Amino acid sequence: MSLDDVKTSNFKFVGTSPDRPDGVDKVTGRARFGADAQAPGMLYAAIVRSPHAHARILGIDSSKAEALKGVKAIVTRADFAEGLEGENWNILENVMAGDTALYDGHAVAAVAATSALIARDAVKLIEVDYEVLPHVTDVDEAMAPGAPIIRAGTADASVPEGMHPNVVRYHESGHGDVEAGFKEADLIVEDHFKTEATHQGYIEPHACLAQLGGDGKGELWCCTQGHWNVQKICAALLGLETSQLRVTASEIGGGFGGKTTVFIEPVALALSRKTSRPVKLVMSRSEVFRATGPTSSASMDIRIGMKKDGTITAAQGTFRLQGGAFPGAPMEFTAMCAFACYDLKHVQQIGYDVLANRPKQAAYRAPGSPMAAFAVESVIDELCNQLGLDPIDTRLKNAACEGTKASYGPRYPRIGLVETLEAAKAHPHYSAPLKPGQGRGISCGFWFNFGGETSVTLALSEDGTVQIAVGTPDIGGSRASMALMAAEELGIPYENIRCTIADTASLGYNEVSHGSRVTYASGLATIQAARDAKRKLCARAAAKWGIPEDAVKWEDGCALPAGPNAGKFPPMPIHEITAEMGATGGPISGHYEATPEGAGVSFATHIVDAEVDAETGKTSVSRYTVVQDAGKAIHPAYVEGQYQGGAAQGIGWALNEEYIYGADGRLQNSGFLDYRIPVASDLPMIDTVIVEVPNPGHPFGVRGVGETSICPPLAAIANAVSAAAGVRLRELPMSPPRILAALDAQADG
Amino acid sequence: MIHVNTKVNGDDAEFLCDTRETLLDVLRERLNLTGVKEGCGTGDCGACSVTMDGRLVCSCLVLAAEAEGKEIGTVEGIANGEDLHPLQQKFIEYAALQCGICTPGILVATKALLEKNPDPTETEVRYWLAGNLCRCTGYDKIIRAVIDTAADMREAS
Repeated sequence: MSLDDVKTSNFKFVGTSPDRPDGVDKVTGRARFGADAQAPGMLYAAIVRSPHAHARILGIDSSKAEALKGVKAIVTRADFAEGLEGENWNILENVMAGDTALYDGHAVAAVAATSALIARDAVKLIEVDYEVLPHVTDVDEAMAPGAPIIRAGTADASVPEGMHPNVVRYHESGHGDVEAGFKEADLIVEDHFKTEATHQGYIEPHACLAQLGGDGKGELWCCTQGHWNVQKICAALLGLETSQLRVTASEIGGGFGGKTTVFIEPVALALSRKTSRPVKLVMSRSEVFRATGPTSSASMDIRIGMKKDGTITAAQGTFRLQGGAFPGAPMEFTAMCAFACYDLKHVQQIGYDVLANRPKQAAYRAPGSPMAAFAVESVIDELCNQLGLDPIDTRLKNAACEGTKASYGPRYPRIGLVETLEAAKAHPHYSAPLKPGQGRGISCGFWFNFGGETSVTLALSEDGTVQIAVGTPDIGGSRASMALMAAEELGIPYENIRCTIADTASLGYNEVSHGSRVTYASGLATIQAARDAKRKLCARAAAKWGIPEDAVKWEDGCALPAGPNAGKFPPMPIHEITAEMGATGGPISGHYEATPEGAGVSFATHIVDAEVDAETGKTSVSRYTVVQDAGKAIHPAYVEGQYQGGAAQGIGWALNEEYIYGADGRLQNSGFLDYRIPVASDLPMIDTVIVEVPNPGHPFGVRGVGETSICPPLAAIANAVSAAAGVRLRELPMSPPRILAALDAQADG
Repeated sequence: MIHVNTKVNGDDAEFLCDTRETLLDVLRERLNLTGVKEGCGTGDCGACSVTMDGRLVCSCLVLAAEAEGKEIGTVEGIANGEDLHPLQQKFIEYAALQCGICTPGILVATKALLEKNPDPTETEVRYWLAGNLCRCTGYDKIIRAVIDTAADMREAS
């Protein structure tokens, strides 16, 4: 698609922010989330979890639990499929341990009983005989000689010889000759950075209701970002035929990437198969922290060279990410995003995927990118400070634009980084005077955005109203966006359209709601399905009028003759055509199935003011502004919401949130009291600027907006802290103890 | 099992419960009021906020048996039939919810706030809601919706 085919103006519905279709359900308590389903004869399940970071499972004695009244079944690894390979094997191993528990909280067995209380009591009666093994939870320690080997033989062919067996994948990319580039620099800054693992922190714990018969036919209700993916994985883990398992996505209480895989669903299905009864399984908050997928933790080295005028001459980064006891830490994304904002002649990035005795990482909003931005944008800030340069002007000088060869390979089509930097520079926030003790930081951020497999059906009703079936669970208001795009294309009121998230039996395959792909890909598919329906509507009008199909066009919800030569007929509104569609050729639906590949990359620039309390070490964010390119904001209020939500999560990551492991390898803060996400009194209002540089890959110019907003906050706040307190924090979170230690070191030094 | 007589959203309700069951467990599992959400079970997230004799509580920290003789208010009781409460209307209009899982608790909590304090400052709203976690919105639109609803309600009264 070229930009000429992109509609960029004269929108009637797109760009407005009407009430969301599920609004009333959600403010009245009617909306049904994962844990809100029940079934006749339902049992309740609970999971036995390893209290050890690393331990061989010598035996499981469930006799006492089985004797408890109300207990109906117990499952272990023996109740799942055998002979799996690749990622299916990894997922099964994570869902239910085989012969070794690999992290604190790893599932070892599960029980179904007639009440939740009995199930929980039964868990305590299951005796597991463990042989405790040495463990490692820190990424650098896990790579060091002599570290406990977590799973020998896991490394793939990419890993250079001589690395510790816990290094399982290696990545290298870039272009030019970095050493030659560094020779051209007037100043080189080189630093080491670390970020701890954080959790997505969705407020809804994982929950599901499963029913599976001995005939291999099943029904599953669960909160997930992608129910086709759940269907595919569960079928593999239980040895079912994929199509025999129907999965329905409930309303989802937040995901942020953490609900893109399975944790409890196969367990509930196995218990249901064993008992021939529906089984409900809901995680506790502590289980969510211990045994779902937090982010990777990271250890990073960054080296950037700059000329006195601000030109970056070379950039180099090494990124070591642990992603738990399984391969898959998103170190390629970290490496590829690190320098994506800049037009660089010489750039090199190296990534390591490292095993540690922690839960299997899962995606979290732009997975891998925020930590890279933290390290890189901190170094750029340091260079600007030392050379006396303005941070926005310096970034503008080096900013990637259309035609730039990206640090990760491709040449950029039209992109909007420069526009976000210019909008940030022009924003009153950037020139507002600071109060004593405050510091201002800025940072850019980048995310690729994804397309992915997508199916949409748009069906017309006899009264001319429209139902859209999409397969991407709605996390932040996407049903409103789909209805707006369909309204725009069909020329009928937004209220005449109802968008539903279809189950796996009602629509073709859809990839997960991830990668900021929903408004882009399901939106594109919705528009194309509407165009398909319009062609059919025009054909019916043409037949009625006795003129060729191409002599009919569609405008404002009506078929009408395409020109004066086509004949003189009054416009035929949609409801007139649909009222008689049964007699004129049958039901009318529009379809679209494809894997759209034109997701436009997205950039943001954030400005933050912060102050540091030198006595307590507490950092407060006093003002925050997000500037981000949306391509085209379909529903601006929900675009702002994505910007604000990403910034808030980034503030939490920067200042407070971290996985804290004890010397015993057990997670010490598995609750919201000790894993403290930002609360209302921690934050200021979060100002937003929506920049719109159309994406040539979408009919209305949409770029995904969900993820980029979490990339800049970590560095922006670190830069503000540096400006406010004169200390450069290179380890996240910048919690009060770390700030105090840095202030003490500064006073001593 | 304990026999409990209570009133929920104005209607008489009676149930049998285990001594260990919380008010949250019973509201959701026995009385089918699944608008009340469990986010943590430890009183940290506020998703299970209800009122008990007019006082805002986390229902996960109240034993079901304690509801004896009390009046409980949940999100299901905020609207008057088809007529949404001004807070509910404003939350939709201001896009003050994304996933919506925290919304029931936040609505119960803010309704309780406005009954005590019809003219709260931004800071007062932020501290009152500090026990209600929202992970999607960054709170901005929630705070604006509450302050503007309060203004509308003052004008209407």
